[in-house]
Amino acid sequence: MSDTPSATLEMKQPKDLAAAIGMVNVQINGVWHQFRKGTRMIEACRQVGVAVPHYCYHPKLTPSGNCRMCLVQIGTPPRPAPGQEPQRDALGYEPIIWSPRAVIACANTVSENMGICTTSELVESCQAGVMEFLLINHPLDCPICDQAGECRLQENSIGHGRGVSRFADMKVKKPKNVAIGPRVRLDDERCIMCSRCIRFMDEVAGDPVLGFTQRGTHTTLTVYPGRLLDSNYSLNTVDLCPVGALTASDFRFQMRVWFLKETPSIDVNCGTGTNITLWTRENTIHRITPRRNNDVNSDWMPDSHRLNFHHIDGATRLTEPLAKAGTQHRPATWSEALQIIAPQLKAIAPEQTAIIGSGRMTNEELLLTRLLASKLGTPHLALVPRFAEPDGLLIAADRNPNTTGAKLVLATEDPYAGLDAIRSAVRSGEISALIVFGEDLITDAGFTAADLAKPTYLLQTHLLANPTATAAHLVLPAAAFSEKRGSMVNLSGRLQRLNPATSKPGQARDDWQILADLILAITGETCGFSQIEDVFSELAATIPAFSGLSLENISSVGIPVIDTGYQIPLLVTERARIAAGIVNG
Amino acid sequence: MAVVKLQRPKLAPGEQIYLTALLKGFFLTMTHAVKSLLGKSMGAKELASSGLGVTMQYPEQTWDSHLPEYYRGAPALVTDEQGRERCVSCQLCEFICPPKAIRIVPGEIPSDDPWAKVEKRPAEFDIDMIRCIYCGMCEEVCPEQAIFLRKDYVITGLSRKEMVHHKDKLYQIGGIRTGLVNKWNELK
Repeated sequence: MSDTPSATLEMKQPKDLAAAIGMVNVQINGVWHQFRKGTRMIEACRQVGVAVPHYCYHPKLTPSGNCRMCLVQIGTPPRPAPGQEPQRDALGYEPIIWSPRAVIACANTVSENMGICTTSELVESCQAGVMEFLLINHPLDCPICDQAGECRLQENSIGHGRGVSRFADMKVKKPKNVAIGPRVRLDDERCIMCSRCIRFMDEVAGDPVLGFTQRGTHTTLTVYPGRLLDSNYSLNTVDLCPVGALTASDFRFQMRVWFLKETPSIDVNCGTGTNITLWTRENTIHRITPRRNNDVNSDWMPDSHRLNFHHIDGATRLTEPLAKAGTQHRPATWSEALQIIAPQLKAIAPEQTAIIGSGRMTNEELLLTRLLASKLGTPHLALVPRFAEPDGLLIAADRNPNTTGAKLVLATEDPYAGLDAIRSAVRSGEISALIVFGEDLITDAGFTAADLAKPTYLLQTHLLANPTATAAHLVLPAAAFSEKRGSMVNLSGRLQRLNPATSKPGQARDDWQILADLILAITGETCGFSQIEDVFSELAATIPAFSGLSLENISSVGIPVIDTGYQIPLLVTERARIAAGIVNG
Repeated sequence: MAVVKLQRPKLAPGEQIYLTALLKGFFLTMTHAVKSLLGKSMGAKELASSGLGVTMQYPEQTWDSHLPEYYRGAPALVTDEQGRERCVSCQLCEFICPPKAIRIVPGEIPSDDPWAKVEKRPAEFDIDMIRCIYCGMCEEVCPEQAIFLRKDYVITGLSRKEMVHHKDKLYQIGGIRTGLVNKWNELK
């Protein structure tokens, strides 16, 4: 035997086994686990399902360690005397000497053979003490606070508070109901000084306008003199705020959160495909918040996208098919509308018919649009491009949510290429039938009212009353993104699913059903799809990138289907911060 | 779902004969009938009824003066001594209401209002009295002592619409209530 017994023994120690793969052994509440070196204690606890109450810690922000709620008890192995072999138990772990004081779990990292205890009497009394301090100056106006129902302070007060206050003095007065920005209101009395909003504006939004003034109990969150919290990411601070200090002006006093139903879906305002949660009660959307997806939008979303939903149940929403009679439109039934279309379109030669689709259509709708084009035999099919300045964080230059999907489904490199040709053909009178899906040609596609007066037949599907509809011979009411199911592919090639949260108003119909009905009315034969899942199955069968997938199997975070090489700028920054160990991610 | 097997009670032979219970019931009824005829039935004097037992001649006679303290009639909103609407439209009553009779549209108190610091009050507050089951959960859950079940029990209407009590009607029934906790005092 060449090895000494002690050397063999050492090789088998858990610490060496863990160190070989860059891990450390940590005992949490009596159970040993392995974690990557440098993991924060709070994150380690979260990974194994041990809840540590906290306010200021957020995995996407640098730890500030100022709320003191995440106190845990830690223990380390004893330091051996010179030359002394460390003691080990049967499994090879050293005994843990527990510290008599608690430490914060968010700013400390795990180390080899460390013990963490989150349930000891010491920890519980520390947390109860912190809760009592936090509640001393808190106004307890939960009945009028929008955060009630999703408030960390309420939750932890139930879990760790003492129920009654021993505080006999006056509470500190601070500014209340201050509009610190166009979309955010601040109630300083409710603030517990966690500084999440300050760190977010500094580290993620890149607009450090928030900060604390004064000291001690008089510490006040405020916006820099002469500035406003007007960043396009300001509403994320409202999501981050663990209490009701920052509330959204748009959602303020609209509805209590416990009435709201959450539906996971995706944003359709740009190519990033931000993951969102739609908060609805009955048939009304009350707010939209970002949903965590570390491969798309991290935890954030821009305000402009978040607030773009009020038109869905607005006054201009179309609720029934409108057929033109003379100069006015009159309401029609669907069967009537479809009966009008067929002879009109059949009378026009295929090469004189053009279809203009939208980059906001789902893959399923695009497939049916392509099918409609081939049934009609028209070569003119294009989508309306929508490009603007990117913001370098989440908003992409391409404001259409499904350009990548359109490239795949329509099997073309540039689905927008044909639009100019269609426009000039309409102007020259070569096109006499124009079918437009979900786009307003006058506002978004460079057409003029005079152009649209030329075709002998103009059919439009849209959500809202719009200038193009005025010129259209038939307007069909379609579904909003929150009312339909379907899939889209974002700019980085991730297939994601829209889920319906509300039902369609009046006679409005799902876009894919309108397309299927049009195909039926024109060709006289069904396209064989009875539900949206069938349309996706057809996509999976014909498009290699989607092969083997089904609509119901697209998970809540999506599935990467192709590699486009597009990088979401915010994620690039975030991944660099994680790699540098600044945040946990 | 767990299945609970109930053990049926074991009946004695006497109990198994239906006739015994029938006779018992018959004698009880007859006792009351005789008592009524003699004007000795329970409450005959207090209710000053027709003299034939407890039958009350409604609407000439009403229950009003005989209602106990804990009587639960129509729910209503109250104002306090300072003339402030107590309700801040927290919507807890709407949430707790078992038959979903309550419907609130929250509203913001304008900044020039003397009670602007309360920030919130109902823009609309409807209780559908066809739905209401007078359970009193709304009163129990209210964190602001704003909704109380009053002794009003004559709630009538000629249509479903009329049976919905709107905010003004609720404040009219509720009136001013004194001695409530003044939570929104000058220190607040």
